[in-house]
Amino acid sequence: MRMVMTGNYASAYGAKLARTEVIAAYPITPQTSIVEKLAEFVSTGELKAKFIPVESEHSAMAACIAAQTAGARTYTATSSHGLTLMHEVLMWASGARLPIVMTNVSRAMAPPWSVWVDHMDSVAQRDTGWLQFFCQSNQEVLDTIIMAYKVCESGGVMLPAMVIEDAFILSHTSEPVDVPDQELVDSFLPAYSPEYKIEVGKAMGFGSLVKPDQYMEFRYKAMLAMKEARDRLLRVEAEFKHVFGREHGGLLERYRCEDADVVLVAAGSVAATAKDVIDAMRAKGVRVGLARIRAFRPFPHEEFRSLGSKVEGMAVLDRSYTFGAAGAMFSEVKASMYSLQKRPVVKNYIAGLGGRDITPRTLEKILEDMLVVSKRGAEDEVDWVDVAGLPRRWR
Amino acid sequence: MTKSHQELPLTPISNTPSTLNLTGLWRVVRPVIDLSKCKKCTICWKFCPDAVIKLVDDEPVIDLQYCKGCGICAFECPAKCIIMVKEGEQ
Repeated sequence: MRMVMTGNYASAYGAKLARTEVIAAYPITPQTSIVEKLAEFVSTGELKAKFIPVESEHSAMAACIAAQTAGARTYTATSSHGLTLMHEVLMWASGARLPIVMTNVSRAMAPPWSVWVDHMDSVAQRDTGWLQFFCQSNQEVLDTIIMAYKVCESGGVMLPAMVIEDAFILSHTSEPVDVPDQELVDSFLPAYSPEYKIEVGKAMGFGSLVKPDQYMEFRYKAMLAMKEARDRLLRVEAEFKHVFGREHGGLLERYRCEDADVVLVAAGSVAATAKDVIDAMRAKGVRVGLARIRAFRPFPHEEFRSLGSKVEGMAVLDRSYTFGAAGAMFSEVKASMYSLQKRPVVKNYIAGLGGRDITPRTLEKILEDMLVVSKRGAEDEVDWVDVAGLPRRWR
Repeated sequence: MTKSHQELPLTPISNTPSTLNLTGLWRVVRPVIDLSKCKKCTICWKFCPDAVIKLVDDEPVIDLQYCKGCGICAFECPAKCIIMVKEGEQ
């Protein structure tokens, strides 16, 4: 059924269609309406789940970990400071190999205090062992939650996943969303049935002490699982397309990249704006394309290596900044192509922090700069775009 | 015995109780109680962080299979009837 809904409601409908059994969450702007909607589903009986209101995000994740260990399919949602408060237990969820799925409404970190879109919160959780999916539309949010459970719950993966919505641009903006029939989702996503779980009458210890002689073997297994997640996502998305008739581009969505001289690399909702800009530039005969990072973890190394050998320049837009280095996406895109015989000029553009609009004109300026830089190399590897006080071309 | 990564479960899971882990082997110093000075106040029993002190007829008995030798009982004892003796010495 087609409905008009916000990204937050798309998250809530996704969790409901996945027949989530336990939801534990703490409210935070701009995530609140996700859990409000889920609480409503639970109270009306539309969703047969246990809803646990908790006193913090750390507790929300701890409750999900406990419930998932007992064999329940769990869901939570958070944003910015809530996500970073979870940091310790995010590591626990992945190390304990619990396929929890969470929505993070990506929002800037304070200070300066801000409730608007920025990817710093999500990027800062890069090393926690969670799969990370950046979404471009509300439809993708709903679909990715359903897909994430299927990817993560497979025996070879058993890792948690974060589905990322841009604050307000997706979370509070209404779009038409196709809400699939429950029977169809049930046929696609079977009930969660883990190999090990807490069972009454069966004494077992979880998360026990492991001495130096065996610790590395467990981390090695998690590494293999993240590799498996890559292939698993591609297979799950192919099946999703077969059942629901749509797909979202695997790990790296490529838009008009064939024969492109220069490619813009971006994640999240800005990719939708970029597609319009690319269409307009293409109409004028400029050969530009878009590579949208959909999966930040596992990182699309192979896709970048294949694309990188074919283009002259890559403009990597980061909606966050790693102080003392560069944008995290830029660093990883560049590193993934280092050993290529023929590799493109890569430059980092920092834009849209703390909810600053990234307009079509901003993206056009970035691509125009990259078209020049791709021929003569980049003087500055990192440029901050639209910052007051900088030379005119970036204002 | 070290297991290969293929033999290990996904995450550390044990189906044996933690009581099989004899933590007394970690001990460097051992508590020794002079029961003639003990006032049966049970403070050592309350403070033991590993709960390895049992009360038998109100007198403390320390399970040395698990006692790690932290010395909290000796520190807290108001009658000063517990001393810590280096393992290997009387």
